Amino acid sequence: MKRLAELEYLGLPPARQKLYNFQLFFADLPKKLAGGCKKIPAALGKFFGGIGRGFAGIGSIFKEGDFKTRLSFFIMGFGQFFRRQIGRGIIFLLMEVLFVLFMAFFGVHYLADMRNLGTVAVEKTLNDYGLEITVYKDNSLKILLYGVLTIFIVIGFIWTWIINVRQNAVAQKLIEEGIRPKAFKDDLKSIADEQYYKALLAVPLLGIVLFTVIPIFFMILIAFTNYDYSHLPPENLFSWVGLENFHTMLSTDVSGSGKFAYTFREILIWTLIWALVATFSNYFLGMFVAICINKKGIRFKKGFRTILVMTIAVPQFVSLLLVSKMFADEGIVNSLLMNLGWITEKIPFMTGPTMAKIMVLVINLWVGIPYLMLITTGVLMNIPADLYESARIDGASGMKQFTKITLPYMLFVTGPYLLTSFTANINNFNVIYLLTAGAPKTMEYEGGAGKTDLLITWLYTLTITNNDYKMAAVIGILVFLVVAVISLFVYNLSPAMKNEEDFQ
Amino acid sequence: MSDNNSNKKYASKSGKERTARTLIYIFLTALSIIWLLPFIYLICQAFRGESRSMVTYVFPKKWSLENFRILFKETQFLHWYLNTLIIALFNAVLQTVIVLSVAYALSRMRFKGRKLIMNLMLVLGMFPGFLSMIATYFILKLIGLTSENAVPGLILVYAASSGMGYYIAKGFFDTIPKSLDEAARIDGASRSRVFFRIIMPMAKPIIIYTIMMAFIAPWGDFMYASLITFGHEKAYNVAVGLYRWLDKEHINNYFTVFCAGGLFVSVPVTALFMSLQRYYVEGVTGGAVKG
Repeated sequence: MKRLAELEYLGLPPARQKLYNFQLFFADLPKKLAGGCKKIPAALGKFFGGIGRGFAGIGSIFKEGDFKTRLSFFIMGFGQFFRRQIGRGIIFLLMEVLFVLFMAFFGVHYLADMRNLGTVAVEKTLNDYGLEITVYKDNSLKILLYGVLTIFIVIGFIWTWIINVRQNAVAQKLIEEGIRPKAFKDDLKSIADEQYYKALLAVPLLGIVLFTVIPIFFMILIAFTNYDYSHLPPENLFSWVGLENFHTMLSTDVSGSGKFAYTFREILIWTLIWALVATFSNYFLGMFVAICINKKGIRFKKGFRTILVMTIAVPQFVSLLLVSKMFADEGIVNSLLMNLGWITEKIPFMTGPTMAKIMVLVINLWVGIPYLMLITTGVLMNIPADLYESARIDGASGMKQFTKITLPYMLFVTGPYLLTSFTANINNFNVIYLLTAGAPKTMEYEGGAGKTDLLITWLYTLTITNNDYKMAAVIGILVFLVVAVISLFVYNLSPAMKNEEDFQ
Repeated sequence: MSDNNSNKKYASKSGKERTARTLIYIFLTALSIIWLLPFIYLICQAFRGESRSMVTYVFPKKWSLENFRILFKETQFLHWYLNTLIIALFNAVLQTVIVLSVAYALSRMRFKGRKLIMNLMLVLGMFPGFLSMIATYFILKLIGLTSENAVPGLILVYAASSGMGYYIAKGFFDTIPKSLDEAARIDGASRSRVFFRIIMPMAKPIIIYTIMMAFIAPWGDFMYASLITFGHEKAYNVAVGLYRWLDKEHINNYFTVFCAGGLFVSVPVTALFMSLQRYYVEGVTGGAVKG
């Protein structure tokens, strides 16, 4: 497209300027995509560079430090004590003592066990009365879990240690300049003020580390073990197997072990098709419904909107389970059609492989259109009226106005949403599980998967019914990779994310 | 002559408008009927007096409250309902506090590690939630918060991961001018005072939105609850409890009871949602447009 010089641009009427900006945004898309890809290595470099500089900084602190600072490297809080920061000193010393005790009595043990995840699972012995009893010894699951917790405690301790060292350096410098360094009671005061974010974020972040970060880390490790139904603790041990599970999941070998890989490929393809069709069908039909309801001269706007919004309000497990039963072989839809004499044989809405796929997509419209109707209604009202005004004066037809103004504007404003809803659809558990639970099941697939299963519902089945944790973990990691690659593009494209400060 | 012409043009245009409008009315009415049908069906089945299995007609031959009697007298439904209600109430409080804290800190304050925290949460959000749930289950089991103690367990799990859902609230805080904070800080107010005295009173819509979503979400959660409560019927939430009634073994005896239970759960939740609809719309449109 033709790019305008600044003067030319300023000479345009405001409506044209806006239009020009939309066009520019889309013309630049390919370049932005390429730019996004180039940024990844740079970001990684920056991250590791930062860590390296951090260590170098600590080295120079040791070199330039006085004996108080240097001793604090080994006895945390030492420098603080001698610089009249008693409160801080006590906390650091206490942390070090607790850490050393924990490591000595538990931590080292757990970490050592991590190497082979236990050696003896159960031992049969005779009790005092000569009866055989089972004694549970090593539990691979607990060993791994405690090991992971220990790793995180060590990371947390290193972090505290770095803070301790840096604090010493700051205090030393301040004293050299003749300023009294901050003490514990200043910390308390500052936590309600400049450092208020610490008070706000402490509990939420602790929750995220304990119940999201550690579990994810743990499951990533599980992907490298053979933890499944034949290696269930406490009766059995599981152990490290390296990349074997990934090999099973991605192998191209057609015979024997290739079945898992085949299942994975088929389900991945269906997951992507589902996400693509579900996202765009909802988007365009939802927009269409919103335009219809908001058209000038249409009455009962509120009534129509309320009826549609009902589907959002009613819990999905009620509405979707009911709808799935309505379309079952014995369901009301088949019954009514037969009573009316329109069909003689039951239509396999939910049991035919292709039919079931179409049905979940159609029923998903019933779920999704109301959301999109709400979102697009808000955006449609924000389109500057003068854009339409000038288009009408130029003689543009209704269709032309839609393709040249409404659609580009909508895509521009809701583009990020469109892509995030695509990734949300990849993980859309509720709709698929409540409607079909993955059925119809097929012998072609491994691991209890069915024709409508998405990766996320297969992950669920593998865990709950098959106890095949190792493969579930592998699928989880692969889903992450798919979503991450797509999301990288999303956040590079979204103008709202990049210019965060513009909105304030 | 020319006058006549333009009249004709005007008439044909308004005629076209009228057909367009009629078509739209037909379309929207059909749409409304399709959207309402499942709910009409639900109500009809819930009040059906005869046969508790699926039947081949919609409207009951005998209307009765029998299904509700069975629901409360012969099943564990009341347990499940109370479990879910308790979880929802706790979640409404805890999740709101956590989400607003995170959103405020990340929106109004600039500190080292802020970008890192935001990017980390973004990356964590890309893992399927159920993956971390498997390990969370083992952790909860270690501290004894699964099966019969699943209610506190679920409260803990929902609250602990809720910090990652700060986006919409942050988007809202971002729109409040920063000069307000700065003016108050020049007058000597601390950050915490600004948060409670200036920002919170202005954030009513987003507070209501957050409470509402936090309260409603547990009613529909099947995935996590089915794992945490596994095998312990008394600890089920409504979704897990009712789900079982539609499997092959139970459906012939429980289909209408399921509908009664579904109706009993849906009515209060729907009423709450509808009465606070305005805040919901503000929340989703704001969130979608800002990304």
